[in-house]
Amino acid sequence: MKQQRLGVTFGLLLLVIAFLFVVSCAKHKEVATTAGEEQAEAAEQAKQTGEEAATGISEEELAAQERAEAVAEKRRRQAEEERAAKQEFVNENVYFGFDDASLTRKARQILAEKVEWLRKHPDGEVVIEGHCDERGTKEYNMALGQRRAQSIKNYLVNAGIDPSRLETISYGEERPVDPRHNEMAWAKNRRGVFRIK
Amino acid sequence: MQIKGLARIGLILVLTIIIGQWAWGSAAHSEAAYDYINISEPFLKKIPIAVPVFKTMTESDKAADRAHQATNILSDGLEFTGYFKLVDPAAFLEQPRDKGITSADLNFGNWTDIGAELLITGGLWLSDDTVRMEIRLFDTFKGELLFGKRYGGSQSDMRQMLHRFCDEMVYRLTGKQGLFGSQIVFINKQGNQNAIYICGFDGHAPQRLTKSQAITLFPAWSPDGASIAYTSYAGGSPSILIRRIDSGKTRRIAYDGINITPTWLPGQPGLAATLSVSGDEEIYLLTESGKIDKRLTDSWGIDVSPTFSPDGKKMAFVSKRAGTPQIYIKNLETDETRRLTYEGNYNTEPDWSPDGEKIVYSAMEGGQADIFVIGTDGEGLTQLTRNAGSNEAPAWSPDGTLIVFSSTRSGTAKLYVMTASGTDQRPLLDMAGEQILPDWSPAMEIK
Repeated sequence: MKQQRLGVTFGLLLLVIAFLFVVSCAKHKEVATTAGEEQAEAAEQAKQTGEEAATGISEEELAAQERAEAVAEKRRRQAEEERAAKQEFVNENVYFGFDDASLTRKARQILAEKVEWLRKHPDGEVVIEGHCDERGTKEYNMALGQRRAQSIKNYLVNAGIDPSRLETISYGEERPVDPRHNEMAWAKNRRGVFRIK
Repeated sequence: MQIKGLARIGLILVLTIIIGQWAWGSAAHSEAAYDYINISEPFLKKIPIAVPVFKTMTESDKAADRAHQATNILSDGLEFTGYFKLVDPAAFLEQPRDKGITSADLNFGNWTDIGAELLITGGLWLSDDTVRMEIRLFDTFKGELLFGKRYGGSQSDMRQMLHRFCDEMVYRLTGKQGLFGSQIVFINKQGNQNAIYICGFDGHAPQRLTKSQAITLFPAWSPDGASIAYTSYAGGSPSILIRRIDSGKTRRIAYDGINITPTWLPGQPGLAATLSVSGDEEIYLLTESGKIDKRLTDSWGIDVSPTFSPDGKKMAFVSKRAGTPQIYIKNLETDETRRLTYEGNYNTEPDWSPDGEKIVYSAMEGGQADIFVIGTDGEGLTQLTRNAGSNEAPAWSPDGTLIVFSSTRSGTAKLYVMTASGTDQRPLLDMAGEQILPDWSPAMEIK
């Protein structure tokens, strides 16, 4: 008996919550619609102003202008994408296992993207840096860093990139990105880094 | 002005003559090599020695100060070698500074009673800025003078005079010479700046040698003591620089890729280093002008850190040819290469001992390295450091009695010294920053 009443109360509560939710959503939508309308109005106004300004310009000229604008827009977008691609090319590192210069599957995936970029930019010359974590000794790590840079270079050359565009350098354990002394830092520091010349 | 200059030159000449010592002691002893200390013994028994304060022959407070100073320099120098145990002065039953410093003045029983097997007495004269010293070494049990020396010169040269005595004494007792004139080169790292420094064998007066702020690593002393070869990023990529210590004149070796871990060929011009010019890290023999003379290793993968036997006929190096970094020895006459280390998965940084018998290296496990020695025949593997941070980059002293290395036992990396058997581990010097990659110079004249 008592349980049943509790059930009813709970059901009612749920209903109230659901109602409130719907109302709030509707409100949101309303706001959104208003914003959309305002934008459309603004666009309409702009178009009118544009038409007014364009008085005296022929249809062809208008079309040419629109085409030019479209081209400029496309260029802007391309430049944007280009910048993003370059950012990714430079920022995305390849990581290695301890005392290991071989490429993991993930490393090869990343390098495949680098190959794409290098193909699209046949003039691009890059420096491949090999780095190590602080464990191990400095002499050996200097050689290991070189081996890492070299194995990245080998992958790119095998994928058809001209070796003369690729320079390698080892920094051994001298330039860690994460100075802490733990497994996470070491994993971040065992890396291959790309730099555009 | 000119007369004053001439007078100064005259004085320097006189001092130079005086500094050229005057020795006495029985002729039989001058042929050296007493068998007092056998430094190749693994568990060395330290010889108890008493070094009482020098007798002041000139009455002045300044002379007394100098006498104390001289006694300290002498005691510190002898203690540094690791094979003397200084008897506590509080136990002394007589004071040569009161009684006298010759055999006739001494009661040797007073010294054997407190366990001193050797005794050094000294007398010191002071005038203006010159100092004169007479120093004698006695065998207290035999009750006889082993040798004595007289030194003189500018007060600022007192340290050198006393170290000459130490060097002579160590030579007579062990047959080894040259530690006290030797120096240590190392890298000092502060933030992203690293510079090459040189200090005395005991860490005395470190001096900065290079001014570049680029990454600087792996300094290696030339066999004539006049140049340092090292790796520098000053030109962008790691190249080898050879720098004259006195003039600062520098030559550069820069092949494509890395140019690292230079080491000098003993007894002949030229050096060996790891280059990656072929696309693979291999060790090459280079002329001093940097031309490739010969490729010394030929195996795919890392080959690095060459070190030569004192006769120059063999080379030890690190290779990853078997999957992990291990030390190998190549016979340069027969071209045969054999693996030296089998214990552990990470053995690097070999340095061949001056007597040709051993190789000291660092072995890493779990991110921490420790220092080991092994016979060049693979026998007698001994661990020298343990449970004290990461211990790296060991290098022999020129007489083979001591090893300098870097250790993180107190936090940041600092330089430490120990005996060849791993005893008496102590800090070499106290300076800000990280000190790493030490290399001990060859035996040198005390300047």
